[in-house]
Amino acid sequence: MSAVRDIIITGLLLGGIYALVSVGLSLQYGVGRVLNVAHGEFIMIGGFVTFWLWGSTIQLNALVSLLITAPLVFVIGWLLHSALFRRIMHKAPNLDVFEGQSMLAAFGLLYVVQNIARIIWGSQTYQINYLNTTVTSAQIPVNRLVALGVVIVVGVLFYLFLARTRMGKAIRSSAQDPTTAGLMGVNINSVLAICFGLGLAMAGIAGSLLSFVYPIQTSMGLQYTVIAMIVVVLGGLGSITGAMIGGVILGIVSQLVTYFQPTWTMIAYYVVFVVLLLARPKGIMGK
Amino acid sequence: MLVVFFALVLLPQYNHGYTVTLITDILRYATLTVAWVIFSGPTNYMSLATAAFYGVGFYVAAVANGPTPFAVAIILAGVASFIVALLVGALTLRLRGVYFCIFTFALTLLIQQVVMEVERLVTQTRGRFVESETPEVAFYAMFVVAVFTLAMAILIRRSRYGLALQSIGEHEEAAAHSGINVVRTKVLVFAASAVPMAMAGAIIATQRTYIDPGIAFSLQSSFLPVLMALFGGMGNLVGPIIGAAVFTYIGEILLTKFPDLYMLIFGAVLILAIVFMPNGIIGLAQSAWHKIRGSRRAAVEGGPNAPA
Repeated sequence: MSAVRDIIITGLLLGGIYALVSVGLSLQYGVGRVLNVAHGEFIMIGGFVTFWLWGSTIQLNALVSLLITAPLVFVIGWLLHSALFRRIMHKAPNLDVFEGQSMLAAFGLLYVVQNIARIIWGSQTYQINYLNTTVTSAQIPVNRLVALGVVIVVGVLFYLFLARTRMGKAIRSSAQDPTTAGLMGVNINSVLAICFGLGLAMAGIAGSLLSFVYPIQTSMGLQYTVIAMIVVVLGGLGSITGAMIGGVILGIVSQLVTYFQPTWTMIAYYVVFVVLLLARPKGIMGK
Repeated sequence: MLVVFFALVLLPQYNHGYTVTLITDILRYATLTVAWVIFSGPTNYMSLATAAFYGVGFYVAAVANGPTPFAVAIILAGVASFIVALLVGALTLRLRGVYFCIFTFALTLLIQQVVMEVERLVTQTRGRFVESETPEVAFYAMFVVAVFTLAMAILIRRSRYGLALQSIGEHEEAAAHSGINVVRTKVLVFAASAVPMAMAGAIIATQRTYIDPGIAFSLQSSFLPVLMALFGGMGNLVGPIIGAAVFTYIGEILLTKFPDLYMLIFGAVLILAIVFMPNGIIGLAQSAWHKIRGSRRAAVEGGPNAPA
């Protein structure tokens, strides 16, 4: 029984983090049409900034550092979109070309970010020892429960932001039809840059949370990028709810497989991915 | 064209060491890029599975080179890759656009993981040693494969398959309605284009001597051909070759001058190339030509505001 409980709780946590990362990717692709293969690198950045603040003289609490990493990564994303992807978008003759070119640019970004991080932090593995005590009755470390709580809060806040605010409405309308949204007075360029920034901020938050749950290293990003891509396709490209559901499914699957054979998790993801794509090529929530 | 051909044939007679290795490398990327363009160029299906087939070549070489002659090992690599691509293609080519792209991207990582697992469980090792060949032998082998790839690309382009691919790229439903067996065409050409990729892998593996899944299935081999093709321009086959040559050479210089910063600079170059030259060298040359011609015409017609 306790094994089942562990699988569910850790699966939910991991699923929540995957969902967060994937919602970010989905936002970038669904609204901005940028298939950001460098997405995972900003998880790594989030993790390492948290680690760095925690290890520095101020010894910042790992949770408080969320308030720094999220805005920091948001600004990076906003700048990236304004300076890089917007330029590519305006030069590209059509959307297909833009998708290809922006993906390649994101691949370049992956190398740039990862190598800058490697120059700063090397390629060792680090871990933050934060709230690493277990709840007395269960064998679940407190930090996982805290991380799960943060994921849920962020998810709900983001949902409310999309559903209730003016900006959220602008984002949703741009996702549906950027041209018409532009005609209705939505400042598309600014919405796209904000979406890209928000997407990266999600990755940054996920990275901060991961840094005190799992060991981090500068090469960790790609793995999460792939997971996020799988989740996003699972849920239906561009669907925020789909990304959340897909993330939780993949998290539970990962813990189930890890329980039996830890090295097979990536393979299991892929099997889920293939089966679902063949059964429902447009994803769970796809139209 | 012929001059280049003979210059390459005679090269190892006069030059040894570095130049031969460099040209082999350029030929490798030219092969990968042209092979990538065979399928992805006309159809607009952006495949990121090049590294998967290239890596299959590595592993076939590790197993077969030694017990069988080098040439046989190369051919075996091609055959193995053809079969893998046939399976993958049959499974994935019903996907379109970005789905296909994501799928092939993940496929490379999946094959990498599976190979790693198999090695861990069966042979209980991380990497393998490959029977090595001299740089000259590798050069000639790569030269033959490159010529073979180019010939294949030209033949496919001129055949009914080439036209079929083109029409699939323009409008897939229309192509299907005009009697093209869309799935068969896509799968067959996809599989054919995987053959030279694995052959190139098998040859380069003999120059590496030690390989592991991380080296064999490095994502760089998936993205570089796309970049080179884009950079050179995909309208004809000369563009990708120029792209491959230029980028391999730049990469080589970076690698020797700044070994630590190589990947960082590579990423930056990639971004800059896309931002400032989205249509590649050929596109850049064309637009420059248009400007020159345009301004000349404008001068003839007597006005700077004349339409260019």
